[in-house]
Amino acid sequence: MNVIKSLKDVPQEEFLLSGHAACAGCGSTLALRLTLKAFGKNTIVTIPASCMSVVQGVFPLSAIKVPVLNIALPATGAVISGIESVLRFRKEKRKIIVLGFGGDGATADIGLQTLSGAFERGHDIVYVCHDNEAYMNTGIQRSSATPYGAWTTTTPIGKYSAGKSHFKKDMPAIFVAHRVPYVATASVAYPLDLIQKLKRAGSIKGPAYVHIHCPCPPGWRFPSNKTIQLARLAVETGMWILYEIENGDPSTLRITVRPPKRKPVKEYLKLQGRFQHLRREEIERIQKLVNEDYKRLGL
Amino acid sequence: MVIKVITGNEAAAYGARLSRVEIVPAYPITPQTTIVEQIAEFIANGEMHVELMRVESEYAAMGACIGASLMGARTFTATSSQGLAFMHELTHWAAGSRLPIVMGIVNRALAPPWNLWPDQQDALSQRDTGWLSLFCENNQEILDTCIQAYRIAEHPEVLLPMMFSFDGFALSHMAEPVELPTQEKVDAFLPRAVRPPLLDVDDPTTLFSVVAPEQYVELRYWMDKAAYAAKQLILEVDKEFGKTFGRSYGGLLKGYKLKGAKVALLAAGSICGTVREVVDSMRRRGEKVGMIKLRSFRPFPREELRHACEDLKVIGVLDQSCSFGMGGIIFSDAAAALQPLDLRVLDFIAGLGGRDITTRDVWRMFKRCIRAVKQKPARAVEWFV
Repeated sequence: MNVIKSLKDVPQEEFLLSGHAACAGCGSTLALRLTLKAFGKNTIVTIPASCMSVVQGVFPLSAIKVPVLNIALPATGAVISGIESVLRFRKEKRKIIVLGFGGDGATADIGLQTLSGAFERGHDIVYVCHDNEAYMNTGIQRSSATPYGAWTTTTPIGKYSAGKSHFKKDMPAIFVAHRVPYVATASVAYPLDLIQKLKRAGSIKGPAYVHIHCPCPPGWRFPSNKTIQLARLAVETGMWILYEIENGDPSTLRITVRPPKRKPVKEYLKLQGRFQHLRREEIERIQKLVNEDYKRLGL
Repeated sequence: MVIKVITGNEAAAYGARLSRVEIVPAYPITPQTTIVEQIAEFIANGEMHVELMRVESEYAAMGACIGASLMGARTFTATSSQGLAFMHELTHWAAGSRLPIVMGIVNRALAPPWNLWPDQQDALSQRDTGWLSLFCENNQEILDTCIQAYRIAEHPEVLLPMMFSFDGFALSHMAEPVELPTQEKVDAFLPRAVRPPLLDVDDPTTLFSVVAPEQYVELRYWMDKAAYAAKQLILEVDKEFGKTFGRSYGGLLKGYKLKGAKVALLAAGSICGTVREVVDSMRRRGEKVGMIKLRSFRPFPREELRHACEDLKVIGVLDQSCSFGMGGIIFSDAAAALQPLDLRVLDFIAGLGGRDITTRDVWRMFKRCIRAVKQKPARAVEWFV
């Protein structure tokens, strides 16, 4: 496996072509581009209904250079299990990455069952969740990955509602509990760390899960030139922690990016329209939660 | 040639084994379970080379079938009732993807309330998915139909998934002598799967992305064409099967004592045996009755049914299903197909949730039909309870 130390180590070849249909500043599309770069030509990617169903282009055009299977929203885990089983049954000699690339809804909500099944059965698959923290393709509805307090079109701000009232589901922890060989969190603001983790995910035998934090300008209500800044702030404030863990074993936990001095969560929240309504006590509640997470991870 | 006393579920498992399926994703549900158990036993004994995927749901079973079939593998699964209903989103996807997946349906009533016994509501509710749908009458037909199904579904002019149904318990757990054809003979009839993978890293394509309405319509049109093409194939394959193995099932449908008959019953599944017995005893008493066994529900044998009914005055449909507010599910199709004929079509809804259909019930159905020759009945749809 190559070690990604600098941009020079990042593969040059593009597998997501320009001319795709993404919004400007789309974090998820950047995640797809980097993921395909990391895995290269011998990849079969399965995409459940998501923004990526649209971003890839409308028939007969396609912006993706590897084989793509579009599939029903809950089915990804099952379908990639089937693909991988055939490769194994027919004793495919090449290393082919059987990749599922789903959004947070396809991962944490409707697709969780098939994914959990696929991981439990130990298929040699990689699943990447591009987490933009709501159902963005259908127009910004809350998912179980939407953070506490966030405005969405189904958690609006009004006299009786102040954004999402529940906390973000901790998906990576759920798959750590499956004891899959490799689980990692990543961010589009840290592409070297991201590609390094994907390379590991691809080289490991058995299921691997990489959860990428992907800011969404229209959904989070921020200017499209601030995607990377926001993704980085999420890590710097501790709202998103970058780590990797093997076989569900806590002793293997490695925090891959440590911000030298953690910034207050307020700096991350204030840049986004979806959090503008938050009062001081709600921001304090979020801060408290992040502090606890940090403590729990021994940071 | 070996004759073994086996259950309907064992016959389905032997059918899959003889068809040399490669991937079997399955999830247990009563009364389908012993199919998968039998396959697991074949594997344990080294009698079957197959990847049995013990998936976490029927939805996943169909999802895995889709993934595997897209890779070119010969794929089999089986389910019943709730399991088939749970698959529904993906049964549409499998047919729209034009994948020759074959699935055994062990017919069982749908809940609520819980009921484990057979009726045909589960398979018939999949009517508009694009799956080809056959019904079997006995255990030999189950085994033979499984083998035939791959020949039909994998034909380049068809490429549609196919389900074959048989009654839960009445066949699935009932043992009778079944002739097991030799593997060599089946191999000659059904060569190994050679479909190339549709997901190929050396020839990358994007499958099932967004299309414009014009292209969508075209794809649906070709699906419809393919289902019609399957009609001819079902006939030919059954005929060729007959030549090779000495057994055939009439293709799409099979008439029984229709010669000189004024009325007949149209039925599907194991109940055909009961109906045949009643036909015989009524014939002995001089009643001019007959039976049509419906083997293929999709494609529906419209012309063939019309042809079989040409000399009839009344046909009764024995439906083990209900499209609530309309009548039995087969009845609607039969009535539409027979509309050009000067013929009365009656519907008898019976046997739901495993309720017994006795020879006396069938006798009464025939009597209703005979009366309707002269006198218009008060209603076309009647519940037998």
